Amino acid sequence: MAFEGIGASVRRKEDARFLNGRGNYTDDINRPGQLHAYVKRSDRPHAKINSIDTAAASKAPGVVAVFTGADIAAENIGGLPCGWQIHNKDGSPMAEPPHPVIAVGKVRHVGDPIAVVIAETKQQAKDAAELVAIDYTDLPAAASLAAALAPGAATVHDDVPGNICYDWHIGDKAIVDGVFANAHKVVRLDLTNNRLIPNAMEPRAAVGDYDVNSGEYTLYTTSQNPHVIRLLMGAFVLHIPENKLRVVAPDVGGGFGSKIYHYAEEAIVTWASAKVRRPVKWTAERTESFMSDAHGRDHVSTAEMAIDAQGTFLGLRVSTQANMGAYLSTFAPCVPTYLYATLLAGTYKTPVIYCEVKAVFTNTVPVDAYRGAGRPEATFLLERLVDAVAYDTGIDRVDIRRRNFIPADAFPYQTPVALQYDSGDYQTTLAVALKNADWAGFEARRTAAKARGKLRGIGISTYLEACGIAPSAVAGSLGARAGLYEVANIRVHPTGSVTVFTGSHSHGQGHETTFAQLVVDQLGVPLDQIDVVHGDTAKIPFGMGTYGSRSLAVGGSAMVKAMDKIIAKGKKIAAHLMEASVEDIEFANNTFTVAGTDKSKTLTDISLTAYVPHNYPIDELEPGLDETAFYDPKNFTFPGGCHISEVEIDPDTGTVAVVNFTAVDDVGRVINPMIVEGQVQGGIAQGIGQALLEAAIYDESGQLISGSMMDYTMPRADNLPNIHVATENTMCTHNPLGSKGCGEVGAIGSPPAVINAICDALKDYGVRHMNMPATSGKIWSIINAGPSKMAAD
Amino acid sequence: MPQVTLTVNGKQHTVEVENRTLLVEVLREKLALTGTHVGCDTSQCGACVVHVDGISAKSCTMLAVQAAGTSVTTIEGLAKPDGTLHPMQEMFREHHALQCGFCTPGMVMSAIDLVNNHPGGITEQEIRDGLEGNLCRCTGYHNIVKAIAAAHPLMHGKA
Repeated sequence: MAFEGIGASVRRKEDARFLNGRGNYTDDINRPGQLHAYVKRSDRPHAKINSIDTAAASKAPGVVAVFTGADIAAENIGGLPCGWQIHNKDGSPMAEPPHPVIAVGKVRHVGDPIAVVIAETKQQAKDAAELVAIDYTDLPAAASLAAALAPGAATVHDDVPGNICYDWHIGDKAIVDGVFANAHKVVRLDLTNNRLIPNAMEPRAAVGDYDVNSGEYTLYTTSQNPHVIRLLMGAFVLHIPENKLRVVAPDVGGGFGSKIYHYAEEAIVTWASAKVRRPVKWTAERTESFMSDAHGRDHVSTAEMAIDAQGTFLGLRVSTQANMGAYLSTFAPCVPTYLYATLLAGTYKTPVIYCEVKAVFTNTVPVDAYRGAGRPEATFLLERLVDAVAYDTGIDRVDIRRRNFIPADAFPYQTPVALQYDSGDYQTTLAVALKNADWAGFEARRTAAKARGKLRGIGISTYLEACGIAPSAVAGSLGARAGLYEVANIRVHPTGSVTVFTGSHSHGQGHETTFAQLVVDQLGVPLDQIDVVHGDTAKIPFGMGTYGSRSLAVGGSAMVKAMDKIIAKGKKIAAHLMEASVEDIEFANNTFTVAGTDKSKTLTDISLTAYVPHNYPIDELEPGLDETAFYDPKNFTFPGGCHISEVEIDPDTGTVAVVNFTAVDDVGRVINPMIVEGQVQGGIAQGIGQALLEAAIYDESGQLISGSMMDYTMPRADNLPNIHVATENTMCTHNPLGSKGCGEVGAIGSPPAVINAICDALKDYGVRHMNMPATSGKIWSIINAGPSKMAAD
Repeated sequence: MPQVTLTVNGKQHTVEVENRTLLVEVLREKLALTGTHVGCDTSQCGACVVHVDGISAKSCTMLAVQAAGTSVTTIEGLAKPDGTLHPMQEMFREHHALQCGFCTPGMVMSAIDLVNNHPGGITEQEIRDGLEGNLCRCTGYHNIVKAIAAAHPLMHGKA
């Protein structure tokens, strides 16, 4: 039998159904008697709703019901809750204005729900929505950070003056200011982190199904964390107890963070299915996704590094404005704070750091975690600033990194911004990446490109991230309103096959394969006798879901703990059967043996005995072989590494081609190298998308200009290079697998590598910095202005 | 309402449609062939690609009435009845060319047409250019390109 355990590039178990068109995505689910919902959305960025006339829509063909915010309000339904509370510099809590399920009195962004029409067919619901007549009084909008912070700006929420959600900081400002006052040199960079739209290929969808006999609600939804949705929607919005609410997240077509959050449409279809006593389905059209899925990033920052004459980093000072959008999405407040500022040490031993963050409400779609979530923003800022230090001092870009790295023998390493890194070896990942990318041979390639009329540049990023979120007590002390453990139930069946019930959720990550490999490794059961079940609150004890690259580090660790319990119980049964002492029983390769003898029992012997307990230590042990573990991580995990990007610019058009991309990542223990490589490549594709192509653009009035896939540039096959991925791993020291996580490293490490390469290619044009996306128009303008022009943007 | 008769995966169907009904709506909603997906509303993503008379077409951009009398193949019709995968499906599996699986049916159908149209061989650049009409958000395309290159000799009997 081929090796199927930890370290094998096993082909995926889930592929057969996807490749044959037998996936079961939410929009594929149809319930008997199902109706269709269409959400009428605001086309105004900011307006007072004077009246909503639903009379004509209600009489339209096929229409069963039309609901507005008033109908929701009459039911004493709660607003959409926020799961993280940040405190201001003065200790007061952040502003947390209500987020109604359907707008009441006022709309605050284009896409804000105003009414829902429920009809026999989707087309009938959509046609009838055209007949909903809304009388608005337009209000001035605050469509950007600058507009929302300007004196006299429009106020998104009447009770939040100045549009400030919070004004937060970390670090000791006086100490850092003192370091800056005495520094040899201060290097400053002003930069933005462009707003992105996640665009998982599967649009969000939800089906609500109320059973009048049992009083039970079932919600099928495109979610990365069905138990979290059950908790938030049940407890805070619809007030349905958990025993009457089942949430199913079946096959989910990509998430990247955008499907973590509890969205209004989930509550609408669940509630409405009870009102109309029939199942109700809603599926987003892509245009709706653009204006209702949480966006990502959108920071404006000033960063300063104090250095000595040798380029040693003495202190870092950062001031950031973060766009929250019109309402607080589920985890929005933690993204620009504890997932951002705490990462500003990066891979460097910068001794003191101060960061202040102003979170701001604007008349735009809510912003929340998108692949990387805060860490790409921190990494772009830091890795661009390090290159600016090199630019301003003339010190080599690689040397300055080497000089400032946290050395491999310094772990555990306490940063000045709260985190304690457990392991890493940044010199090694850098060295391997330089070799894999043939850094030494670059100048020859630059010269050759020049002969072909192309400007070639190379860029480096030596990043670090924190994932595996998170020790519950730590997260709680920082404002999380949830625990962040994970749950696994391992069921060894009577004849020895295994079902894993995991609280993690797979929406592309391949858990059905990787998690099964953990069972192969620990219990010795063949891969084809293992099934992994996820995404159904009726089947799985509990779960916090998948985000922040936590599934293996936290969910996998829960599995290990549950399998430890299986083995411990199995040993007791084996000891009984073989008339030996439990201490003498060993387990390996699916077999329990009595140490030093040839006596053995297979796991199947034991499981059969556990379920048919005729000869069994019944006074001491319960029958069955079925164990559950809740694993609360002891720390974050800290993947890191080095990304090197090589670009060629066509000076006639300003077009950038990424011609080589080399990643060397430290992701801890790798279970399935093929899947890790795919995760990293996908993350890098999104990072290159951010660097070159993608931008969510609002005009001054608050209209979303990049509101469709014709306007928002998604990376296509011909925009991307082959992506060379390698790993150079140190083990996580505090979880049983040693795994760190690989889902986000690509999106975190790559954007500054690409921009650093572009700045290198354009160094003869005096380009010290460029904001993302580095579009051809922007670059053409710089080249066209001629050498030595300082690029402003 | 108009009636449309078409053959899907070798089986003839007659369905009632509205004038505005799209081919993808017939496939998904009338024939329960939910392997064909809808990922956008501007004909950009290619999740809905099927073969109409052997040529790839975006079924979200084709009216059902336009498909009258045609023979449509969807992702469900690719594998042999005994379950043997089409070489393109097999290479997608072998090269990990899918993650969430949502773009996969359209990607596979486009890729087959692309390879069919290049009997003499296909370069990496031709594959990348040929995927212009299909979006994938998970893989970064690297493994999709590899899978298509590997399927080419299998489909043209050169392996």
